[in-house]
Amino acid sequence: MIASARTPALRRLLGLLPALVVIGLFMLVPVAIMALYSFLEANPFGGVVWRFSPEAYVQFLFERDLADNLVFQSGYLIIILRSLGLAVLATILCLIVGFPIAYFIARQPARLRNIWIYLITIPFWTNQLVRTFAWIIILGRNGTIELPFRWLGLLGADDTLGLMYSDFAIVIGLIYAFIPIMVLPIYASLEKLDFRLVEASADLYSSTFETFRRVIIPLAKPGIVAGSILVFIPCLGAFIQPDLLGGGKKLMLGSLVQFQFATARNWPFGAAVAMILLTFVVLCLLWYAQAARRAGAQSGALAHA
Amino acid sequence: MLHRQRDFAEAMSPDPTMERKTAIDVAGVVKRFGHGPAAVVALKDVSLAIRDNEFFTLLGPSGCGKTTLLRILAGFEAVSEGAVSLYGENIAGLPANRRSVNTVFQHYALFPHMTVAENVAYGPQRLGRPVKEIAETVARMLQLVKMEKFAERRPAQLSGGQQQRVALARALAPHPKVLLLDEPLSALDLKLRQAMRAELKQLQRATGITFVFVTHDQEEALSMSDRIAVMSEGEVQQIGTPTEIYEYPANRFVASFIGDANFIVAQIDGITGGMAKCRSVRGLSFTLAAAPGGKPGDKVTLFLRPEKVRIEAPGDAGLAGMIQTMEYLGQSIFYQVDIGEDSPLIVAGRNRDDGGTPYKTGDRVSLVIGADALRMLVA
Repeated sequence: MIASARTPALRRLLGLLPALVVIGLFMLVPVAIMALYSFLEANPFGGVVWRFSPEAYVQFLFERDLADNLVFQSGYLIIILRSLGLAVLATILCLIVGFPIAYFIARQPARLRNIWIYLITIPFWTNQLVRTFAWIIILGRNGTIELPFRWLGLLGADDTLGLMYSDFAIVIGLIYAFIPIMVLPIYASLEKLDFRLVEASADLYSSTFETFRRVIIPLAKPGIVAGSILVFIPCLGAFIQPDLLGGGKKLMLGSLVQFQFATARNWPFGAAVAMILLTFVVLCLLWYAQAARRAGAQSGALAHA
Repeated sequence: MLHRQRDFAEAMSPDPTMERKTAIDVAGVVKRFGHGPAAVVALKDVSLAIRDNEFFTLLGPSGCGKTTLLRILAGFEAVSEGAVSLYGENIAGLPANRRSVNTVFQHYALFPHMTVAENVAYGPQRLGRPVKEIAETVARMLQLVKMEKFAERRPAQLSGGQQQRVALARALAPHPKVLLLDEPLSALDLKLRQAMRAELKQLQRATGITFVFVTHDQEEALSMSDRIAVMSEGEVQQIGTPTEIYEYPANRFVASFIGDANFIVAQIDGITGGMAKCRSVRGLSFTLAAAPGGKPGDKVTLFLRPEKVRIEAPGDAGLAGMIQTMEYLGQSIFYQVDIGEDSPLIVAGRNRDDGGTPYKTGDRVSLVIGADALRMLVA
């Protein structure tokens, strides 16, 4: 009796074991190491000194003056806020650009849709570094955009449009890098949408805008939420775009982590920044999971009623 | 025959005030899909007038253009040529959301993210009706379709029949001038479909709204409609009351599409006093009312409904034949009777109270055809 009750559970566990090992080994263990390192002391030559210290987290908001007093300094806080701000901006712009693309693809004949999806994902298969460099050629001094202005003598006294090394350039880079992962989930939910509902809405006196607002958007919402989270999370941790397009002057959380490990050799601080980044990501996912559960509870209630 | 047909129409008409307002006037409508030589002509010069407060059915096989015509009335398709007017107003250029016409879609197209009440309220809300009035309308509509108890459910929680009712309530809630129904019963099972027929008809009477109903199901058309337009290959074949369509089909297509029919190809030998003497290919002779324009020597098709033939024991009267096959359908029995023609005559016998059929395969019988049962089709 007991054995027979246990066997399926055991079998399930055995079946899940490879996944559990992979997740444990390649995700939980590294995160645990990182969490541990963030509470150790920095070794000036790289690596850590095995002594507990909350210094890395203190360093976020405070600086020690000569008398060893903690003085508030906002530098890192600004980096966090800038990261959040740019990630939110890039996500919103991705949504604005990505939604019409997804809608367009979803309205194509079935045989053309796959071709469009293929075209959308092609850049995704190319090295991100190379693609980001391409934007330097486009946005940079004497770049594709600037040259015509120069020839027409439209440049001002500083002789440049100043597109590069700005928040603008970073956001452009982020949008370009992550637009496919916005388009795909939205497309997935729009593709399931029954476009007869759009006709039904028009039949019931809705203008195109009202139909969009009351039928298409609500039904595409799961895709919009998933796409936004999928774009927001990597944007928050991006370091290639701020590094190459922001000129390394405008740091974001990702670039700060990279800088601490590679250049400043302050591993505990780098780890602490990574933990803070992770916290934002987890908060995001929790919010998403809760939203999904709410939606699930609703449909669950439907199923039971 | 034309004369009699008119008498017949008058006699059968339930209300003598036939001259009602025209709800929808379709004049010379042509609809092509695509361009150039690849264009598909869905409607070839369709003209019809649907009267106010009428239950009007577009009946035809799939691909006959009936759904295209409905979509043109709804505003989902533009006409290639011709004019469409709604109570005298030309609506050819008016988009769907500005026509006082609502549709019950074939697969209901209820909004899955809204409750039943929200679905029904959608139309009146877009029309900017006051909140209180909308609430009253929703309550009244749900009561009308007996769905009051389900107001807070979502479409996914409803059965097909219930969704059907909600779709009706939703389309009626804005109180349109015309309600379009696109094969709304096709997804329901037989019993429900039969029950809904009576309800739809009753609903149309209760609301006083003009219904335009699209179906390929002749029983649906016959049982509910005030008038039917039979369509085939983008053309209207005949418009008439169910009885006119069934009893006096305009051509062979209408005769064979609605109900069962026997056709006998014959030639007119002579006409005396409106009665034609015809001779079939195999030499059988019939006397029947001549179709208008029929001349001696014309090839015509004689048309006979299976249930208008009576089977009797072999005798002098009637047409001699032999039962080839029998199809027992419970309520009725279909006999294929060999009368020496190319194809056997189909005769329907009713299952009588003496317990089934008195005839069996191989029996020699005599077929008695009623005086007015045999009709001449020119086309």
